Amino acid sequence: MPITKDDILKIASLARLELSAGELEKIHKDLVQIISYIEQIQKVNTDGIMPSSQFIKAENVFREDIVKPSLPREKALSNAPDTDGEYFKVPKVL
Amino acid sequence: MIAEYSKLSAMDIIKGLRDKSFSAVEICESALSLAESKGRELNAFITLTHDKAFAQAREIDRKIHHNEDIGPLGGVPIALKDNICYTDCPTTCASHILDKFIPPYDSTCATRLISAGGIIIGKTNMDEFAMGSSNENSYYGPVINPIGNNLVPGGSSGGSASAVAAGIVPIAFGSETGGSVRQPAAFCGIYGLKPSYGGISRYGLAAFASSMDQIGSFARNIKDLSLAYRIVCGRDENDSTSVAFAHPDYPDLLESERKFQIGIPREFFLEGLDKEAGKQIDNAIKLFQKDGHTIKEISLPNSPLAIAIYYIIAVAEASSNLARYDGVKYGLRIKDDDLINMYDKTRNLGFGSEVKRRIILGTYVLSAGYYDAYYFKAQQVRELLKRDFETVFKDVDMVLTPTSPTAAFKIGERIDDPLAMYLSDIYTAPANLAGIPAVSIPCGAVSDGRPVGLQLMAKAFDELSLFQIASRFAKLGE
Repeated sequence: MPITKDDILKIASLARLELSAGELEKIHKDLVQIISYIEQIQKVNTDGIMPSSQFIKAENVFREDIVKPSLPREKALSNAPDTDGEYFKVPKVL
Repeated sequence: MIAEYSKLSAMDIIKGLRDKSFSAVEICESALSLAESKGRELNAFITLTHDKAFAQAREIDRKIHHNEDIGPLGGVPIALKDNICYTDCPTTCASHILDKFIPPYDSTCATRLISAGGIIIGKTNMDEFAMGSSNENSYYGPVINPIGNNLVPGGSSGGSASAVAAGIVPIAFGSETGGSVRQPAAFCGIYGLKPSYGGISRYGLAAFASSMDQIGSFARNIKDLSLAYRIVCGRDENDSTSVAFAHPDYPDLLESERKFQIGIPREFFLEGLDKEAGKQIDNAIKLFQKDGHTIKEISLPNSPLAIAIYYIIAVAEASSNLARYDGVKYGLRIKDDDLINMYDKTRNLGFGSEVKRRIILGTYVLSAGYYDAYYFKAQQVRELLKRDFETVFKDVDMVLTPTSPTAAFKIGERIDDPLAMYLSDIYTAPANLAGIPAVSIPCGAVSDGRPVGLQLMAKAFDELSLFQIASRFAKLGE
């Protein structure tokens, strides 16, 4: 079943994106085309194939638990759109 | 302006500084003045870093004056793609959402370049968050290919490719997720390397699709390309995906009499490949054969699915990685009294249309009910593709293909057709999916003069063979 505009609005809201009517129209048209292209993987037989997600032989990396200097608070906050000097500030939640 | 500056390689600059033919400050002035004239015409840079560059150049000159070691990259001007953090200089990822973001730390790539004596002169334009194949998706406007005729430089590292091809810097760094260094290198007629997954630390590289993202480099000759990689490669304790590998001194090992077994995968030469570009690749194959290398026809049966696999996995990972841009910690915020509305408005205004398209597709393929059909399935097919390469590398040392199905296209030509745009990465995406190294090297041109790129892929951590065969090819062409 092809993706509908309602699907897209629902997903956009999950992804915290507010689309305009014009954007919705264009994204819908593009996604219908792109999804029908990526569908071609469905025809591949993958019975018993473990999905791969990484290609290096990753091993746990251990180190001594020694405290090292971290980013000072002032620097960590320096790019924030709003702070009270000690914390990030956001609009009222409750 | 130093005479012929734009033709100097990194090696020429290092030698000239040691011989005192010119000073590091003069080199830095030449690079920055070209960046301001030619670079502006091409829209190759987002930020130029004059103050830090001149401070470093003066320090190199002081060291030369006192006969101190200036490091293996001493005095060489370098450009960094604008998704690689450089302290106290804006890093925008060419996105409105990172407005005014100034990283408080250096990427490991920048740290290693500076400690080797490199001089970072600026941050290059790119497709927003590295999403694009033409560099038309930048908040700061499209980059132009220095070849002319209103051609795209390729993407997403288009600014870095353009800056190197125009002679503004001999070496630049970009990043790759599905071909974003090799494809622009091919379009601009220069060399580009995508190293093995884990080859270069990604500490300080803005994340797009973490199972594929890699920093890569551009240069106008193979020695500079191998030098650039040698300086930044290797294990870094700040990136647990960087691999401890004993990298050889690549630039010293380029001259080789080795005769390679080269595989030609038939799937890469079917419909879709431009005839004239294909002819250049055929000529190259004949040259290699004449030089005594063995050419074998091989098959990578799952490679035609690379773009389908790639656009599921990459967008899924991107939708997760880009969740961090929320108007709270850094960058743009559109004010609203309600928190959720603030998120929605900030992200909607901050991201461009390609980024939004990918976040939505990524959220879709990961959502309940679709996960198994798309994301899980794509990872299984990715495993099959990886096995295709493992089988082939039992037989051959490397795989040779075109870098892209066509030479550079015109600005605007594909921007309204995302799928056609994605397909320009059909030959490059397999190496990202399999985590193996690949280079694009210049290989002639089509009849109207647009360059063609030839791609070579090797086993993980066998960059040496790629550098050696590329070096040999450059000699054969002379």
